[in-house]
Amino acid sequence: MIGFTYLAAILATLPLVLILAHLVRKGASSLSLAFFTHMPGSVGEPGGGMANAIVGTLMLIGIASIIGLPIGIGAGLYLAEKKGTPLASTVRFLSDVLNGLPSIVMGIFAWEVLVRPVRHFSALAGGVALGAMMIPLVTRTTEEMLLVVPTSLREAALALGYPKWRTSISVVLRTALAGIVTGALVAVARIAGETAPLLFTALGNQFWSTSVREPIAALPLQIFTYAINAYDEWHRQAWAGALVLITIVLIISLAARFATRSRFGAPVD
Amino acid sequence: MLQSTEVLREKRPMRIITPTVQVRSPEPTTSQVETRPCIVTSKLSAYFGETAAIRDISMSVPQQAVTAIIGPSGCGKSTLLRCLNRMHETVPRTRVEGSVQILGSEIYGEGTSPIAIRRHVGMVFQRPTPFPTMSIRANVAAGLRVDSKSHADRGATSEIVEEALQRAGLWAEVKDQLDESAMALSGGQQQRLCIARALATRPRVILLDEPTASLDPLNAQKVEELVYDLRKTVTVVIVTHNMQQAARVSDRTAFLLMGELVEFASTRELFTAPKDPRTESYITGRFG
Amino acid sequence: MTSLPVDWLENDRRKLRVDASAYGDKIYEALTAACALAIPALVIAIAVAIFAAAWPAFAKLGFSIVTTSDWDVRAGHFGAAPAIFGTLVSSTVALIIATPLAIGVAIFLSEFAPLWLRQPIGFLVDLLAAIPSVVYGLWGIFVLIPLLREHVMPFLRDTLHLGATPFFSGPAYGPSMLAAGVILAIMALPYISSVSREVLMAVPRSQREAALALGATRWEMIRDAVIPYARSGIIGGIMLGLGRALGETMAVTMVIGNRPEISASLLAPGYTMASLIANEFSEATSDLHLSALMAVGAVLFIITLIVNAVARWLVWSVGRRRTQ
Repeated sequence: MIGFTYLAAILATLPLVLILAHLVRKGASSLSLAFFTHMPGSVGEPGGGMANAIVGTLMLIGIASIIGLPIGIGAGLYLAEKKGTPLASTVRFLSDVLNGLPSIVMGIFAWEVLVRPVRHFSALAGGVALGAMMIPLVTRTTEEMLLVVPTSLREAALALGYPKWRTSISVVLRTALAGIVTGALVAVARIAGETAPLLFTALGNQFWSTSVREPIAALPLQIFTYAINAYDEWHRQAWAGALVLITIVLIISLAARFATRSRFGAPVD
Repeated sequence: MLQSTEVLREKRPMRIITPTVQVRSPEPTTSQVETRPCIVTSKLSAYFGETAAIRDISMSVPQQAVTAIIGPSGCGKSTLLRCLNRMHETVPRTRVEGSVQILGSEIYGEGTSPIAIRRHVGMVFQRPTPFPTMSIRANVAAGLRVDSKSHADRGATSEIVEEALQRAGLWAEVKDQLDESAMALSGGQQQRLCIARALATRPRVILLDEPTASLDPLNAQKVEELVYDLRKTVTVVIVTHNMQQAARVSDRTAFLLMGELVEFASTRELFTAPKDPRTESYITGRFG
Repeated sequence: MTSLPVDWLENDRRKLRVDASAYGDKIYEALTAACALAIPALVIAIAVAIFAAAWPAFAKLGFSIVTTSDWDVRAGHFGAAPAIFGTLVSSTVALIIATPLAIGVAIFLSEFAPLWLRQPIGFLVDLLAAIPSVVYGLWGIFVLIPLLREHVMPFLRDTLHLGATPFFSGPAYGPSMLAAGVILAIMALPYISSVSREVLMAVPRSQREAALALGATRWEMIRDAVIPYARSGIIGGIMLGLGRALGETMAVTMVIGNRPEISASLLAPGYTMASLIANEFSEATSDLHLSALMAVGAVLFIITLIVNAVARWLVWSVGRRRTQ
């Protein structure tokens, strides 16, 4: 049986190795400078790139972070400070519920409230859908990281005459910052590769657009579109896109893992 | 700031630490102490939920002297201390009854902000609590930075930082590493840093909650020396479970038992001729 | 001794009346409470919006949406039973494959692995959760499906003679329920193994030592003392993995074949609720079609809600027992 656990460990890590190896082999050969700087080509036309999709993905991550990070960190502060109250327990449970919500359901919800009323797909709707998915992730990691900060630090700040809000922000939050940054990066990595919530919100776009009110291209959407079509050239593009996407995601994940405490100390002012 | 600057600017030499603790017989100016109360509590009670941690405590703490609060664990001595700077109410489901006057002002008065009280009444805890993300300098200045109106410029701040570290007897040890992390200091240095941080806002009163409990004997002794010195410039209230410490550093001692003030007298009197039989049992080691 | 003004607090009182810090706490509390309340508000908004949008379909078609299996947009038949069936079957297949592997890895990492290996292996397994779903789908289409079609499916059906059972009979299509199950297994594995590892590590030392003191071998100790203690937490982890598998969209859509039929054979194509929505939502022609897709979304929402709630409760109950 001990042998089985070794076998399980090998089998469990095998898919990762296989997928990454295949991605690098297929993707690298299709990757060129043009991929980053050119627009998608027409059907059957060789070359072309995903410049618009790369920019689109970065924009969507930006919009999602603007929504997800402050709300998530604020809710995490609330949960850590009001732990034990019925409202905090309810919020904690519902944030787990939200975390388990299928991303496609988030997608149709965002379509219903943000696209249907204005009859227009938009980058904003896609970013909001992704931001809503970030909220529970950021909330729970923020809460966990804040609970690790010793109560004595909070007391010390209060005893110095810090108002509660300054105590929470410049002492407690500041002390837990490294962990919260890690949690935020994990959340960004997770939503960066999401496709389903974007299908009916950001929609995708074959053209250059940086307007939040217009449909926007995104790497995952582009990979999906190219993968399910029959053209070999598009398949090559899909692999290249997947390699870029996973590189972005892995860099963020690794950054999260190695996010160490930033330099202590703000200048006395 | 309201306090006279002459008192604060007085630069005292570092005390030379002797390996054995001399039991100093406190020589307070008793008559002066009696006439100049700093903290006056009357019928002070504090609750956790429905349970009273201290009941009906009325005492008068003398100014510019060290007052020790002793008693067995769970007797409410920390709670009493935390009522003097309104820290008790920071714990959920707690409340305070009665009154506390500091220098003639009611700190539980209507419209009085606990934040204002805490800026004038410093506190140091059992374990050192330097802010881990701040440098030594920033730690000492932490209380100043939060009160944006009380300081004018960078120069003034660095003078105050130096003065506070001098008073805490830490200046010579850290003056070359002010911008390094406070976490690099030893436990004893961290505790003196916390005392410096509390002194930087130039408080009238310093509350010490078992400040030497987590320190090794040598560092505990340094802190004790410091407490002894502080009386010259500030009123000190110290909670301790160590009776020898109370005897060494304090001018007056209060003995608490099960939330009640059993006896409050000059330290010499309390330890040599206790009036209450319960005090006598405690100081002779029969319980607690 | 300095003379002290009796009304030393007065200055501060006056100052604090105009000081923002007096209002700061109120503003801070209101802001954090608003952030916290955004979460229940969002859950309620999602439920209300989706059920409201699904209502016309439920009102017109009733439970035939979940009970009938004819999905014909032009004829106005919206029976999502094949998609519900496909969701449940593909997730079950995924759990059958992933659970033993995930628990094996968790036991390996918490009990047997040399210390220097625990961190890196744990990290690699966790990384499986970081790979975007669409990348799994891409790999599924171009690597996994050919592999299954050329080698695994013929092997299962002919070499092992499993073709005699209805589960592995019929022609070996590439895109199939089996392909979806394998992809979902890989995707659910990190969730199950990381929760299992946590609950295994939470088993108190005393529990282990008691078993070892009775003369149990390492494996007997794990089987008789560690696993029973962690059981409900491990089941919670499996349920979390199930929640992930049930709602997974892109990878499944890319490999399952998207055919709305109920077939006993895992070698045949199928459909899931999530892929049904993904495929048809943007092309929905009529209001009823759209509403029916919303109804499918509502069903998916409820199923995952229940599965996740049970999972959280199970994991939480282990944590609680530990602190008691």
